[in-house]
Amino acid sequence: MSEEGKNLSRRDFLKTTGIATGTLVGGGIIGGLIGYNTNKKSKPSKNANNTTGHDEHTGVPARMFFMSQTDFQVLSNATERIFPKDNLGAGAIDLGVPYFIDRQLAGNYGSNSKEYMQGPFAEGAPTQGYQSRLTRAEIFTQGVMALENESKKRFKKGFSDITEKQMDEILTAFQKDEVKMSGTTSGFFFALLRSATLNGAYADPMYGGNRNMEGWKMKGFPGHQMAYIGEIEKDEFKKYEPKSL
Amino acid sequence: MVKTLPKVDVVTVGVGWSGGIIAAECAKAGLKVVGLERGQKRGTSDYQQIHDEYRYAIRYDLMQDLSRETITFRNNRKMKALPMRQLGSFLLGEGLGGSGTHWNGQTFRFLPYDFQIKTMTEKKYGKNKLGAEYLIQDWGLTYEELEPYFDTFEKTTGISGDGKNKHGGKRSNPYPTPAMKTTPLLKKFEKASGKLGYSPYMMPSANLSEPYKNPDGEQINACQYCGFCERFGCEYGAKTSPEITVVPTATKTGNFEPRFHANVVEVVKKGNKVSGVKYLDTISGEEFIQPADVVVLTSYVMNNAKLLMVSNIGEMYDPTTGKGTLGRNYCYQILPGASGFFDEQYNTFMGAGALGMCFDDLNGDNFDHSDLKFIHGANVALTQTGTRPIGTNPILPDTPTWGAEFKKQSIENYTRSLGVGGQGASIPHKENYLSLDNVYKDSYGVPLLQMTYNFTDQDRALHKHISKKCGDILKEMGAKTVVVNSEIDQYNIVPYQSTHNTGGTVMSLTPEEGVVNNYLQHWDADNLFVVGAGNFSNNSGYNPTGTVGALAYRCAEGIIKYSKKGGSLV
Repeated sequence: MSEEGKNLSRRDFLKTTGIATGTLVGGGIIGGLIGYNTNKKSKPSKNANNTTGHDEHTGVPARMFFMSQTDFQVLSNATERIFPKDNLGAGAIDLGVPYFIDRQLAGNYGSNSKEYMQGPFAEGAPTQGYQSRLTRAEIFTQGVMALENESKKRFKKGFSDITEKQMDEILTAFQKDEVKMSGTTSGFFFALLRSATLNGAYADPMYGGNRNMEGWKMKGFPGHQMAYIGEIEKDEFKKYEPKSL
Repeated sequence: MVKTLPKVDVVTVGVGWSGGIIAAECAKAGLKVVGLERGQKRGTSDYQQIHDEYRYAIRYDLMQDLSRETITFRNNRKMKALPMRQLGSFLLGEGLGGSGTHWNGQTFRFLPYDFQIKTMTEKKYGKNKLGAEYLIQDWGLTYEELEPYFDTFEKTTGISGDGKNKHGGKRSNPYPTPAMKTTPLLKKFEKASGKLGYSPYMMPSANLSEPYKNPDGEQINACQYCGFCERFGCEYGAKTSPEITVVPTATKTGNFEPRFHANVVEVVKKGNKVSGVKYLDTISGEEFIQPADVVVLTSYVMNNAKLLMVSNIGEMYDPTTGKGTLGRNYCYQILPGASGFFDEQYNTFMGAGALGMCFDDLNGDNFDHSDLKFIHGANVALTQTGTRPIGTNPILPDTPTWGAEFKKQSIENYTRSLGVGGQGASIPHKENYLSLDNVYKDSYGVPLLQMTYNFTDQDRALHKHISKKCGDILKEMGAKTVVVNSEIDQYNIVPYQSTHNTGGTVMSLTPEEGVVNNYLQHWDADNLFVVGAGNFSNNSGYNPTGTVGALAYRCAEGIIKYSKKGGSLV
């Protein structure tokens, strides 16, 4: 199928499900659309290197790592609490952070392929760093389920159905290492989740997060600029329209 | 089946700064050189999409693949050493150019004091300034003796500087190119530190202020201040690196062959000589012996020490008896500093790796230590290296590290916070050393290097003293809030600190005190040379590369002499 054909069918799909016209849908599909800006008119772009790195006209991004919709929603909501939408601008979900993390977990990051993973494994002191036998992919899978279980235990509801305050309570308990995990600690999982969220908010958009460079715009980071040699001696603060690779 | 290759004059293990310099000098002198590089070939054309913080600065794409090889670490002898499974505290390099590809380019000469630290400390403060557990020793070479080699390295690399450091050793020549641009941020530091009585000068930089052709005819371009230096390669060929200088110089002689994916696993010793090295082609899996008249270990601190250990060359240091020299005097760097939060916004995202203003009034023995519980000090600087958004999230103490308040502060302070910091000297201690691990192995079945290291009382006192001074400067600069770095306790291998690891294969005046003589020639094998920051018997308050470069030129001279006459060079 041609690229153009793919795009059309994808958009047709959106239309028929009602998303394109803003109709509320429930169930499985909504999680798949988390972060996808449905209000924005998607214009097909012929330029493969579009400036956002996010291929908007292909519609809903696909997941490469998380199978369960519930898990992906838990991940999404947790990242949003770490980097929430506020009057400064987009939060993790609108920035595409959950999809960024999903892709990272499906690749080298998730499989720790450039890291020493040979045994024997021992707990070690905090000064000795990461000593788990688990890969990041395994830790995320377990961690996201642990968030869900902890929510059910504390509030009799799934993580995605509790209030923001309750989500923060659970995330804080993870951060403080108060929740039991196997082969790793909840504190370590939280630290990974936090760093992955910031990575997704601010990495070049070609990785699937930092949509439309909104993360950079909020922060005032100009992205990929060839040179500042003409500006660096000037006293005034300089604002740039950011550029991605 | 191990295949033995035809013999060459010189083989280097690794092709970074020291391997590249040895290759260039020896090849120019007519010697046939093979450079065995475990990583891949790379150069300026590979760095055209380098402005990618995530790939290079966070995911460390140019760094060592730890799945193949790492080290093990413990804070002290009572602990069980465990593998450094991920990069953190320091970033080991791999590939052509080594760390010289992803360095910042801050290029200093160590102080005359460093080379004679024992003599000068005892002369001024007596024999008991530090306890006997601190293993300071003179290097076996003075600053004056090393000066011509510093000069050569600066000419090869085209270093940009203003020569205004009144505490530095005597120079035979000015810097080859003028200093970089004095930006508003640097001026702010200059004014404040000057007012406090310090003598600021422009940091000597390998990001060049103007295009430069070095004495070997290699072209280095002018820095564009794009803000992507450390952890990145330079897309302009404006950050001097081995790939754009000594490697092409060696190659154009016709006497140099770099061989990639060649991981050396052993130095072959026969009697009181070495006959070559054994290496593995990591693509084909084949094993080779590369015979050579001279073997030069030019990899990083860790692997230079490890290769000697696994090849049974020299006597291992024993912290109980104090005997042995191999692995002794492992040092690092202490990072005092402070952060200042301002109301105004600054162009902190613009910069270059070695764009900075600094002073040496608190370095070496340039200030009186009579009433202080430490020796040495730190070069104190404000650098404008280009802040990036994933890595730079400044928040005030007691702010949550996530959520709405974190987001607000980290965004607001991104262009409103500045740091002043020192690179604190690291003094050798009898309990800080390198050895071989007896449990963990690399992917070739060779034992991992083991590091036993912790901060000492000397480090803690130095850190506290200089951090406070850094805070004073930020106050003078007009920061509305100043946060002085909290005191250091235990060394932790997780957060990034510095890739300025030193020692383990120190140079010395006598065989009892070190691994190599002052030509970096091994005391136990005349045709084996070991060169790099491993030769430092203490680490200074500066970046090490300038001194590594000088030692590599000294070593090359030694190898050429040896190839003519043989025997010990001292």
